[in-house]
Amino acid sequence: MDDGVNIAARVGSRKNITLWLGAVLVGVPLLAGLVSFVWTPYALSDMVGGRLETPGWAHWAGTDRLGRDILTQLMVGARVALVVGCGAVAIGAAIGVMCGILAAFATRFADDALAAFFDILIAFPTLLIAMLVVATRQEASLGTAILALGIGLAPIVGRITRILTKQVLGQDYIVAARVCGTSWPAIVLWHIVPNILPFLGVNLALQFGLAVMAEASLSYLGLGAPPPNASWGQMLQEAQGTVYSAPWGAVLPGLALFALVIGVNLLADGLRDRVSSQRGEA
Amino acid sequence: MDEILRVRDLRLATVDKVLVEGLSFTLSRGERFGLIGESGSGKSLTSLAITGLLPDAIRASGQITLAGEEVVGAPERRLVGLRGNAVATVFQEPLTALDPLMPLGRQIAQPVRRRLLRQGLPATRPDITREVHTLMDQVRLPDPDRLMRAYPHQVSGGQRQRVAIAMALACQPKLLIADEPTTALDVTTQAEIVTLLRSLVTDLGISLLFISHDLAVVGQVAERVMVMRDGHMIEAGPADTVLTRPRDSYTQSLVAAAARFDAALEGDA
Repeated sequence: MDDGVNIAARVGSRKNITLWLGAVLVGVPLLAGLVSFVWTPYALSDMVGGRLETPGWAHWAGTDRLGRDILTQLMVGARVALVVGCGAVAIGAAIGVMCGILAAFATRFADDALAAFFDILIAFPTLLIAMLVVATRQEASLGTAILALGIGLAPIVGRITRILTKQVLGQDYIVAARVCGTSWPAIVLWHIVPNILPFLGVNLALQFGLAVMAEASLSYLGLGAPPPNASWGQMLQEAQGTVYSAPWGAVLPGLALFALVIGVNLLADGLRDRVSSQRGEA
Repeated sequence: MDEILRVRDLRLATVDKVLVEGLSFTLSRGERFGLIGESGSGKSLTSLAITGLLPDAIRASGQITLAGEEVVGAPERRLVGLRGNAVATVFQEPLTALDPLMPLGRQIAQPVRRRLLRQGLPATRPDITREVHTLMDQVRLPDPDRLMRAYPHQVSGGQRQRVAIAMALACQPKLLIADEPTTALDVTTQAEIVTLLRSLVTDLGISLLFISHDLAVVGQVAERVMVMRDGHMIEAGPADTVLTRPRDSYTQSLVAAAARFDAALEGDA
């Protein structure tokens, strides 16, 4: 009995560590991004120090090859990463969830057609779809990057939503709701969406990570938010030439990217465990 | 109108298999009717057919007249109006028949709200809460304030089934279908639920279609019974006649088996 309690407590605390570590890893860039709206150590594009200064008191994270403050760029980059990640996931979720639920309710033929369409789109790399969207808009901007990545994510969200919805539709409580006269729209709103959300949420967090990475890749290729926006991907690209003489210029944005993506995944995992223990499944 | 449900020549079939054939029966207002059969005899499909909830793969033909409206072949929009208003169902497994992520109070409140709106009554939050409390009282659920906020996995099986019954009654249907409502419960809880259903149906003056494979349970509830096997009617009549002096050999074997089971229990005790 004691052992059972101890194991339960240990599993519980492990889950809590996941949740808290995730919260910290997401919280730090979130805070940095928010602070960057009102205050940064230096002006973003000003050459405020010597070229490639090592991290020190004046410049905590050093300076880049033009003498700009790297900490300032990291902070603004955090803002861009979060805005692009959230925006892309919001667009991807809006399109994907709608199409996924529609597919689950559609006739067999329409369902198969939509599912095949999702699969074909998923077979295209998200980055490639995003690059095509940027190309058609003929200009790189923050909005274009968000739209492009959102469209790239939509089919993945759509496919998962479709499967989750079908699972929920097969449950007895859907029949029970229908038998006392609940209409389909009400069933979608009150039963399907809440029941697919915990699973979809974890997946959306994965997609958020993908979107942040893809934004960095787009910026690296010069197709992301153009200067004066700072982006981690763009910083990586600029630091490429000096990676041996001034490694901090590449290591720091890389670490920031890594920490944010890991953090979001841990946070989502922790939240899902919370939800399933509330459901009585854990 | 004295008749709440009339089923005539009901035939349910998939592309390659006939599941129910030539089924006819009627239920009058306030009557308690038992449908007896083994699993696979088509009794649950019959109940789904009455509510128009058959899976797409199963085709129904014949006539089902529920509260004066034809169900077979009716468009979904008409059926939505009929469900809840004319008929509600209590299912076998209350754990899966309740939404795991919705507090019990809200699950009861939703059909209450729809019914109040349908009846043109005010449906503000206090009105609904009051109704939910009354219903929880009616199905003898203790501590309504706590249970309203609880989730299905936090209460016992018997309490879950009471919530499911409250949801069905919230619609104020003219016909209540109970599809094996006691099968998933332990024996003492079974007896409580059976007594509860019986008294509720009598008090509210609604008809009951009670589906079960358990002769003893059906005998406690129903005035009239019908025995089904492989999608066909075997025998029908008043409960005490069919269950004590069955004419058909299949019913006789069912009754004999139940008697042997009872005898074995008595011998054990």
